[in-house]
Amino acid sequence: MYLTRLDPQPDSFEELAMPLFDRLYNFAHWLTHNREDAEDLVQETYAKALKGFSSFRLGTNFRAWMYRILRNTFLTSRTGLKATMTLSLDSEEDGPELPVEGDTPETILMERSNLQLVQSAIDDLPVYFREILLLCDVEEMSYQEIAETLSIPIGTVMSRLSRARKTLRDSLRLQFQKG
Amino acid sequence: MVCESWNTKLDIYLDGELPTEETRAFDVHVHNCPSCSADALTRVQMKRTIQVAGKRFTPSAEFRRRMHQRIAAKPQRRRFGFAWMTATAVIAILAVVGLTAAYNERERVRTEQVYSEVADLHVATLASSTPVDVISTDRHTVKPWFQGKIPFAFDLPELRNSEFSLLGGRMTYLDQVPGAHLIYDVRKHHISVFVFQERSLRLPGRLNENSSAPKYVSFNVETWSQGGLRYFVIGDASAADIDSLARLFKADAS
Repeated sequence: MYLTRLDPQPDSFEELAMPLFDRLYNFAHWLTHNREDAEDLVQETYAKALKGFSSFRLGTNFRAWMYRILRNTFLTSRTGLKATMTLSLDSEEDGPELPVEGDTPETILMERSNLQLVQSAIDDLPVYFREILLLCDVEEMSYQEIAETLSIPIGTVMSRLSRARKTLRDSLRLQFQKG
Repeated sequence: MVCESWNTKLDIYLDGELPTEETRAFDVHVHNCPSCSADALTRVQMKRTIQVAGKRFTPSAEFRRRMHQRIAAKPQRRRFGFAWMTATAVIAILAVVGLTAAYNERERVRTEQVYSEVADLHVATLASSTPVDVISTDRHTVKPWFQGKIPFAFDLPELRNSEFSLLGGRMTYLDQVPGAHLIYDVRKHHISVFVFQERSLRLPGRLNENSSAPKYVSFNVETWSQGGLRYFVIGDASAADIDSLARLFKADAS
């Protein structure tokens, strides 16, 4: 969603931003883990976006801009600060993920189609993994959009995404083994 | 393992992010390799499951209605029927206060907003139970911590012969722009130093004129631009202390 009009008007904010409402709320709820905080987060995101819309840069990806505001607002909130304290990203450039043997989380899912299991595993991911996985697989953002949203280089998007998927697979495998 | 090199890029291939030529080569390989083909199938299955599982939460009708009302109620919203009234009002305002006054006022408001946001960041951080993410008095520990987290590099001054001590640092955001937040101590007063990329911020021109912070921002503040970076030094320490710390940064960056 790139803005091409020469001069964005307040009216067009509603036209551009409201179609993202459901998706932003879903993303906010995944980040905050509860309805009230998610509503506050979305509300603050829209307030900030509306305030900054007149100076919104043309040619910039509007969707990535909105998600970036939401994500930054979350990170500086009390819930966000607490969530980000739990993860070290020191090994961002970890080596490639190796193939796994035997039953994989994917085959388990194919057999069980257990959405709740996946939802619970995503919930348990550290916020840096949860957000990047959701942006890629749920919001279907390109790596470039994700890089813009999270303010990180594309190389980091790839490595972090790989680690997020590996962590999710490990978590699902563990849950499956527990029974 | 024969397919290891392919396997490392399998997710990128399935995300549709490989260059065209590499994608073609991958298509051929996956088509002919039962192992990679099976792996690709299971990973696609996982992506689809995450996609379905991820669409989990929907906003309540009440919240949706509330948000619609808020956005629709904003006074800037323009309707065709009122266009002539807006135009008349704008002309009247321009006639009375003049273009220069309007510009100055806008700059003043924006300048105050920037100072307020910086003061908010300073206060919110100090109120936090964990004000710094990297806890160290060693600038050679704190500086590398920011690598890969913010899109620029900066230098921290040597403090050996000064009264200041470094407590640590953390990432921060101003106007959705990532930056570095450093916290220093001087005689039990905490001082925040913020560093951002100048070109990423939409700052008013007044900040370049060594403007003073608005009175309601009850901190001493100093800001300047140097080497493409924008610095803010803020705290409840004396103006002289703020200035001394700012000088150390300026000397180090020059």
